[in-house]
Amino acid sequence: MTTAILVSILMTLVAASTPILLAALGELVTEKAGVLNLGVEGMMLCGAVAGFAVAFSTGSTMLGLIAAMAAGVATAMVFAVLTLSLTANQVATGLALTIFGIGASSLIGAGFVGRTITRLGPVFPAALSEHPWLRAVFGHDIVVYLSLALVLGVSLFLRRTRPGLILRAVGENDASAHAIGYPVIAIRYGAIAFGGALAGLGGAYFSLALTPMWADGLTAGRGWIALALVVFAAWKPGRLLLGAYLFGAVMTLELQAKAAGVTWLAPELLAMTPYLATIAVLTMMSLGRKTGRQHAPACLGKNFSAS
Amino acid sequence: MLEWRRRREPSTLMLWLSPLIAIGLTMLLGMIVFTAMGYNGFHAVESIFVTPFLEPQRWPDLGVKAAPLVMIALGLAIGFRANVWNIGAEGQYIMGAIAGTGVALVTHEMTGWWILPAMALAGVLGGMAWAAVPAFLRVRLQVSEILTSLMLTYVAVQALYYLVRGPWKDPDGFNFPQTRMFGADQTLPAMMEGSLVHLGIPAALLIALVAWLLMEKTTAGYAVKVVGLAPAAARHGGFSADRVTWATLLASGGLAGLAGLFEAAGPFGQLTPQFPTGYGFTAIIVAFLGRLNPLGIVFGGIVLAATYVGGEIAQTTVRLPQAATGMFQALLLFVLLATDVLVKYRISWRVRVA
Repeated sequence: MTTAILVSILMTLVAASTPILLAALGELVTEKAGVLNLGVEGMMLCGAVAGFAVAFSTGSTMLGLIAAMAAGVATAMVFAVLTLSLTANQVATGLALTIFGIGASSLIGAGFVGRTITRLGPVFPAALSEHPWLRAVFGHDIVVYLSLALVLGVSLFLRRTRPGLILRAVGENDASAHAIGYPVIAIRYGAIAFGGALAGLGGAYFSLALTPMWADGLTAGRGWIALALVVFAAWKPGRLLLGAYLFGAVMTLELQAKAAGVTWLAPELLAMTPYLATIAVLTMMSLGRKTGRQHAPACLGKNFSAS
Repeated sequence: MLEWRRRREPSTLMLWLSPLIAIGLTMLLGMIVFTAMGYNGFHAVESIFVTPFLEPQRWPDLGVKAAPLVMIALGLAIGFRANVWNIGAEGQYIMGAIAGTGVALVTHEMTGWWILPAMALAGVLGGMAWAAVPAFLRVRLQVSEILTSLMLTYVAVQALYYLVRGPWKDPDGFNFPQTRMFGADQTLPAMMEGSLVHLGIPAALLIALVAWLLMEKTTAGYAVKVVGLAPAAARHGGFSADRVTWATLLASGGLAGLAGLFEAAGPFGQLTPQFPTGYGFTAIIVAFLGRLNPLGIVFGGIVLAATYVGGEIAQTTVRLPQAATGMFQALLLFVLLATDVLVKYRISWRVRVA
């Protein structure tokens, strides 16, 4: 019996971690290319609403996920054109993207509030997850496995492949990368698009798997937590995985406490925990100076123009 | 073909013209977007951008909405100048309102001229305290103020929910999640009979003037700009970046807190869960539209106030959903950032000679 409970807690933890993991992984790649995109929350919301709208209209969750990625890429491209081609300030543009995402998703989603869809289901046949421990391995939906595969993929890409090396070079020293002949701007466009796709997917995980419905501001600041996670992970995909699951644990704890009817702590105070944990984690990262800012790509947030 | 040439000096003309160009382009884009969505795009844009200015009965409302936006944006802009990105003004605004409301609740059976000033002071201190956390973390531990100030906004929202549903719930309020109404001496006096126009409007204008003098005419303002533009030069010049970080965060937190208190003691007259209206985020757009210049921000505040007032008008005239206002505001910021290219580049048509 306790096994079943443990496994169900584990399942909640994995589900709660997955959207932050996806969004943070996308942002990690973007930042490795030297671009700071503060619009993660906005891209997630656009992905969430686009995914829900398409899944609701077509009845296909898969199409919803694809639409969410497309929406994430589309909004990321607005950011890319402004910062890369028109050399706008990255911080300001990222903020604009988040404000835009909140407004646009609320506008598009107005007609979908209160509608329900079939939740994204486990990818493997139910027979495989009859036993609780097997369920812990085979009971997840496709996005969970995809997110884990992406962590491995991004890690290998950045460390072991030539394109990964070039992407890092662009983020560490754009002028040199340009001098050697690498297309700095084009590579950054690609990195921003990848970040957008994963943020969109992460957002859709809320509206298609976690809740599954649409409500204004559905992602509740998870995009910002994803940004903090990248710092926590010192720009390393492996540590990102750890961090995301740690945050998932904090959020699961919050849910469990609520479900268990904890009365000595008000639900509002419980709801503060992920945000306070984020601040605590950022602070601890800085206290251990060895793993602080110096891991950030050297050109992070700086605009590049060839002329 | 289009030819782009980087200007040697940023164009001053374009610096001030581009916000106007941006507003024009946003109206045009808005028309296209809303028409594509099946609304009457022309009337939507007319309701949002033109009607609020043409109908005098809307002006008090414009002022009431512009005042908190201007106040918050003034503080933010000073920080942005110094590369201090306080994006948690919404949280400081809420905390200011909470602190001021605390005073109002303690004094609710008292009368006296001193109550309102005490509430205002509490509001400023509440906002400052909430901004002091990111300031401390950035100065002492190099933690990005962007993330910490924003995270604290979510905490402030939950704190508000907790208070109005729990300890501060009106005992005679039929269990509604809200505080008791403020008394006469805890409410900002109306400046015009029968309207919501309150002290916040002249206060915002006065603060804008003071901020302008501070930024343009004093060494402190100069220090802020140098730290933002050339940190290395600032160090050589003996300006302390840490002190600028503290000062700008405390100033913006205090102003946001004061704006929050004015809103609580003015239009709201109590605290409710509906109190956070996103002014702290919209003020970011105001700051940029005003070119981070205190006087420009007054203009920016009025324009963004019009989108709120006009957004409400458009809800009745063309049945535009309320959410359209937010999208419109963000569109404006996007277009503004895009038109910035005109400040940095000279763009001209040139016929290519074969």
